[in-house]
Amino acid sequence: MVRVSGPRVRFVLETVAGPIPPPRVATLRKLVDAEGAAIDRALVLFFAAPASFTGDDVVEFHVHGSRAILARLVAVLTALPGVRLAEAGEFTRRAFEAGKLDLAAVEGLADLIDSETEWQRQQALRQMDGALGTLTLAWRTTLIDAMSLLAAELDFSDEGDVSGPLQLQAVELASNVLMSLQSALGSFAMGERIREGFVVVLAGPPNAGKSSLLNALARRDVAIVSPIAGTTRDILEVRLDLAGIPVILIDTAGLRDSDDPIEAEGVRRARALVERADLVLSLRAIDSAPYRIENQANQLAVATKSDLPGDVLPGEQAISVETGDGLAELLACIVGRLQGLGSGGSALLTRERHRIAVADAIAALERAVTAQHGQGELLSEDIRLAVLALERLVGRIDVEDVLDRLFAGFCIGK
Amino acid sequence: MSTHRQHYDVIVVGGGHAGAEAAASAARYGACTALVTHKPETIGVMSCNPAIGGLGKGHLVREIDALDGIMARAADLGGIQFRMLNRRKGPAVRGPRAQADRKLYRQAVQNLLAAQSNLDIVTGEVFDLSVEAGRVTGVVLADGRRFAAGTVVLTTGTFLRGLIHIGEKRIPAGRVDEAPSLGLSATLERHGFPLGRLKTGTPPRLDGRSIDWAGLEMQPGDEPPEPFSALTPAIANPQISCGITRTTLASHDLIRANLHRAPMFSGQIEGRGPRYCPSIEDKVGRFGDRDGHQVFLEPEGLDDDTVYPNGISTSLPEDVQLGLLKTIPGLERAAMLRPGYAIEYDFVDPRALKNTLETRALAGLFLAGQINGTTGYEEASAQGLLAGLNAARMAGGANPAVFDRTQSYIGVLVDDLVTHGVTEPYRMFTSRAEFRLSLRVDNADERLTPLGLQLGIVSSTRRAAFETRNRDISSLRDKLRSLSLTPQQAQGFGLQLNRDGLRRSAYQILSYPDVTFTQVASVWPELNAYAAPVVARVTADAVYSVYLDRQAAEIQAYRRDQSLKVPADLDLDAISGLSNELKLKLAAQRPADLAQAGRIEGMTPAALTLLAAHARKARTAALSTGST
Repeated sequence: MVRVSGPRVRFVLETVAGPIPPPRVATLRKLVDAEGAAIDRALVLFFAAPASFTGDDVVEFHVHGSRAILARLVAVLTALPGVRLAEAGEFTRRAFEAGKLDLAAVEGLADLIDSETEWQRQQALRQMDGALGTLTLAWRTTLIDAMSLLAAELDFSDEGDVSGPLQLQAVELASNVLMSLQSALGSFAMGERIREGFVVVLAGPPNAGKSSLLNALARRDVAIVSPIAGTTRDILEVRLDLAGIPVILIDTAGLRDSDDPIEAEGVRRARALVERADLVLSLRAIDSAPYRIENQANQLAVATKSDLPGDVLPGEQAISVETGDGLAELLACIVGRLQGLGSGGSALLTRERHRIAVADAIAALERAVTAQHGQGELLSEDIRLAVLALERLVGRIDVEDVLDRLFAGFCIGK
Repeated sequence: MSTHRQHYDVIVVGGGHAGAEAAASAARYGACTALVTHKPETIGVMSCNPAIGGLGKGHLVREIDALDGIMARAADLGGIQFRMLNRRKGPAVRGPRAQADRKLYRQAVQNLLAAQSNLDIVTGEVFDLSVEAGRVTGVVLADGRRFAAGTVVLTTGTFLRGLIHIGEKRIPAGRVDEAPSLGLSATLERHGFPLGRLKTGTPPRLDGRSIDWAGLEMQPGDEPPEPFSALTPAIANPQISCGITRTTLASHDLIRANLHRAPMFSGQIEGRGPRYCPSIEDKVGRFGDRDGHQVFLEPEGLDDDTVYPNGISTSLPEDVQLGLLKTIPGLERAAMLRPGYAIEYDFVDPRALKNTLETRALAGLFLAGQINGTTGYEEASAQGLLAGLNAARMAGGANPAVFDRTQSYIGVLVDDLVTHGVTEPYRMFTSRAEFRLSLRVDNADERLTPLGLQLGIVSSTRRAAFETRNRDISSLRDKLRSLSLTPQQAQGFGLQLNRDGLRRSAYQILSYPDVTFTQVASVWPELNAYAAPVVARVTADAVYSVYLDRQAAEIQAYRRDQSLKVPADLDLDAISGLSNELKLKLAAQRPADLAQAGRIEGMTPAALTLLAAHARKARTAALSTGST
């Protein structure tokens, strides 16, 4: 498909495909070059400004899937005055600049295009559809309601018709938004994980079979996304798609005390990885001593080399890379544990930019909600700062919005 | 009658609050100024309620005073009941308000203007403007006289095609019993100014002797009354009380039964009225479930029996107004001296103005007051002061003065007007100022008097008063910062602090919400030497200090955006990626800088980024080719 956007679309259409078809109706047309020679028969779809993706006139030529046809059509189009190839992301930029997408939606679209797994696709789609924008708008609306209550108290206190526990109502509204923001912030870790991948770390003493398991998992039943060599000789990571869940599987150096400075550094890094992992597979060979990693709640004990003699301890998953026994069960177990962390559709905040904005809003609202001073102008100031922070996500505030709410709700005026 | 000159630096058209203040500030600047009015005895008339100041408005009055304007001094001379509104709320949202004796106020304004050097009062009706090559060169009077002028300030209020409505009756008028101005509307239209229609209203006037005061709640003023002006040592007028009553269900039934005769509802009025000052029929229409609406009975003067019933502005027919009064406790036998009315008038879309209040279309023409779509004496005066100052500066070849939002309510007012335009008569509220905590009535002089001195409109008398007060404030602030004690010592004085062993300055301690200055002064008795206003001012700074620090970054960002000027001749079509809608808005409003552009409705962050990039590029190009 070839898409053209901009003020010269109607000219392009008339030159290549004849009279302008009705907007949003797929129309079969013969496409011709400047000499009138046919290029292809194609479905032509015209969108009139501003009701289009970019906000300008847009036309789509749905041609047959041949490289030759595409090459010819693009050559003919770009030979027309004022027509050039779009830069990467230019259609989206135009849509953003025309106010068709908010910033979060643009980020969602970028993520959607980059999405590799089902969870990533779902999350990006939600964001592009404006889930964050919609929620931010709802937060903003409630906070503006709160500000208008305070404005009524501060700017119209001399009017007998404005009364009631306005400040209390305002604080209650702010506190509702605060709770909602806090829960959204709680989902940030999830959102970021889905964007970046869940970190699953293989840990255990040397020769527990970590690298063998990594290789086995990367070979079996899972799509390898990309193997990336770690920064040290001892850490290797593989991106996997486990039942739609994006996973970064990391092999670490064996966890043991070492005098070798290079190995010691590898162990230090391995321990750090274990600290921030979403799931740790703690491996031991079935014929060795029981093994458990400290300070890591989410770990799955695995007894490797189950083809050797030895006992499986309670709670351990026994596998043999040699025979393939237990690998399918282990995979199911890992997926189950990761699913237990949250679901693909729930996260709203996926980027550090979102987290900072929401955290700022939370800090301001916490001041307002816990304040003991009872001064309306200070409450209003903190709520205003929260709104400003939220608007860094999508738009801007105008005091007229506050006053509009106020006049709709109060009988103002002597 | 003195003979007038034929040529002035500045001619101010109109003698309302905007005109009086504009003429005074132009003359203070040193410009040879004429104020032209059809009726010099009406200069300073309060055509609506007899009060100055209030919430948000009181801020404007103090700012006018800080710039040596006349409104605050006139209000002190005319005030017969002073109240500090929101006294129990924070210092940033307090608003001084005074009930004024109409006659005393008007007389005070006229006396202040008479005492002003460089100022002539000319009687006559301005009918047209002289224009040469896109620049105003003078005014033409209805009687054929012509005056040449460097610059002209129009402050014609509600007189442009004014039309009074009382029920089905329609009377062309600028104010009651005063003819409207028709010629200037045509002049403005001819020069392409976008005109709109607005509406405002006023209640009936009552004879105070026919009101049954005995059964009514009375509201006294503050004791002692606090003056508006830094130059007024104390209020000399005797002080009065206002009465309070309420409309009843019977009032509302009567109004509902006669709604079809109200011009607002019958479609007879096309202009839009203010939502914050609705007519009583509007209140009943929109908030019909209430059992009553408050009415303040405000005496119009010390030796005047007229009472202004604030709260029942109406344009219902006279007979309905009379019936309405009978349903209100205390007013059952009230005699109506004059019916209430609604007035519709032309205004100029203020987006046709620069932030100096000069029109974009005609160089040297400035507009101020209700003609710009505002309401209120204070909003009018504030604009008058700025327009008069800039008219004088332009006539004298100086750069115009611009007030910004971080600095003053005057800046907020002008920026809102020229950026957003108006959809209803614009009134000031403290909620309009995002930097409300730093724009207070108690620090208006600190914010603006030094600026006024720089701009050349502040007298040496005020300068001296300002410097004395400022010296005391700095001294108290320094002292509070230098005194300190430990939590343990504080406990000895009954002050509970965190027992962390850290010494705190007296200023820090004063910033805690539950600590009063009296408590701090009980630790260090030498602090009792400072005057109450000085203490109030420094305490306010201390209480807000944490918030002011937080706002500093925001103010800095604002100033940065503001310092990026958008060249007036920037080729908007050359900015690819800017939607046509925004291009049109930018072309119509021509924001002076990035901060103003950011407040244009519908402006997206992306569009702003593009505009910034192009503005920067254009400026660099201009610099490198040697032009400015």
